[in-house]
Amino acid sequence: MIRDITLGQYYPADSILHRLDPRVKFVGTIAYIISLFLFRSWGYVLGALFLGAMILLSRVPFKFIVKGLKSIMMLLAITMFFNIIFTPGEPVFQIWKIKITAEGLSFAAKMAIRLVFLIIGSSLMTLTTTPNQLTDAMESLMGPLKKLHVPVHEIAMMMSIALRFIPILLEETDKIMKAQMARGADFESGNLIQKVKNMVPLLVPLFISAFRRANDLALAMEARCYHGGEGRTQMKPLQYHNRDYAAYGVLIVYLIISVVLRVLGF
Amino acid sequence: MGIIKAAKLGFDYFRYEDDTEEPEATRAIDDVNLEIEAGQFIAILGHNGSGKSTFAKHINALLVPTEGTLWVDNMDTSDEEDVWKIRQKAGMVFQNPDNQIIGNVVEEDVGFGPENMGVPTEEIWKRVDESLAATGMIAYRTQSPNKLSGGQKQRVAIAGVMAMQPECIVLDEPTAMLDPNGRKEVLRAVRELNEKKGVTVILITHYMEEVVFADNVFVMDEGRIVMQGTPREIFSQVEKLKELRLDVPQVTLLAYELRKSGVDLPEGILTTEELVNALCQ
Repeated sequence: MIRDITLGQYYPADSILHRLDPRVKFVGTIAYIISLFLFRSWGYVLGALFLGAMILLSRVPFKFIVKGLKSIMMLLAITMFFNIIFTPGEPVFQIWKIKITAEGLSFAAKMAIRLVFLIIGSSLMTLTTTPNQLTDAMESLMGPLKKLHVPVHEIAMMMSIALRFIPILLEETDKIMKAQMARGADFESGNLIQKVKNMVPLLVPLFISAFRRANDLALAMEARCYHGGEGRTQMKPLQYHNRDYAAYGVLIVYLIISVVLRVLGF
Repeated sequence: MGIIKAAKLGFDYFRYEDDTEEPEATRAIDDVNLEIEAGQFIAILGHNGSGKSTFAKHINALLVPTEGTLWVDNMDTSDEEDVWKIRQKAGMVFQNPDNQIIGNVVEEDVGFGPENMGVPTEEIWKRVDESLAATGMIAYRTQSPNKLSGGQKQRVAIAGVMAMQPECIVLDEPTAMLDPNGRKEVLRAVRELNEKKGVTVILITHYMEEVVFADNVFVMDEGRIVMQGTPREIFSQVEKLKELRLDVPQVTLLAYELRKSGVDLPEGILTTEELVNALCQ
């Protein structure tokens, strides 16, 4: 059951978005998120159009994207609920002491649109980019921070190793759970607190094995001459192509239109 | 001088207890002298705690001797300046296949060593192609290592070491966690590297069957080298091996028992074929 959890849900396909340089997609996602916070009302139409175009370009089935929204439904419902109830203003109707205001409704709607677009937008990035490409992109984009003594290469290396070990540690958890279940441990019954308490005996063996693995891996890396990012070459260096520059152009145009819309008050 | 030479090598593990100030020293390697010629297939045998893994880590300069000296291709391993050169000359494959693969894709993992050495991009691709082909893993190059079997993962690890173009490769119980099929796969790959590419192989193991093909065998016990010779020489001393708590291959044991009961057989039979031939004569 625990193995069903997917992280970095890459959807393999051959599309323009898949082929774009991961740096472009990373910057694009951030630009899109910024634009979402610029819009006030009708600007969201532009956001929707842009997102729709990207989804079409990505060749990822719409159903697959919507699936990712399920997990935030609860969060969405709660934020909308509180926004509707607690925003002061002109009451539309009143139930007992709770006033429902026009401002509250519109604010909640905007909030919901923003959240949904934000999640779809960023999941479009993870759907079309492999975790490896993402870490490469981050290392390259954060490059200037090296001057401030931020260990950029080390952070990227840690992320990519973490990604590699997630399935291994999940499998290990599964194994330990089964071993303990075979000796009568109960992970299924009881309320939430009880269930969490039952998980505690899993942590000790899991931590011990994780540390042991980390030690082994460090040895293996040193044996293969790993000594940090200095003097290191790359097997798959990131390179911009014409399509990447074109994509940057599209992004800039989109951002300019967004700012103009904001200034015009939409 | 051979590619690897140890003189009066000694190593102590220090264990630090909580309250006592004096660390407790455990002798892991004691007065080891040996010389290994380039191009040979060497096996080091020993049961758990005999110091064989500790010795292996010395060859890669992961551990530095507390006594004596170890030279890899005329470089002293305790000389810090040469550490990276030594690690490039003498590659190492570890026991657990999961804990030594760094990349998320097979070919990226094979490229990890050359990347660290600062090899230019095109050359990395060439080396990756070559070493994947040499270990027969080229068909799996774009897969995730998590989806491979143990034997395949171990072959990826070997390819990863080969891409660094070492002159010597140390395998620290590479088959201990594999099933019999995986064990065969890995051994075949290792033997091919030795025969076709002329890489010096140092295989550390406690499976006797894997030693049969070696040019030279060292047996370790309590940190010392207690036996040394060709597989045939070693396996003819069944009594002594038993004393050292090592299992003799079944065929050899059978031949030994037959000889003891009066059947006329030569000493040190290693394979089933040999026994059949000797019996039919």
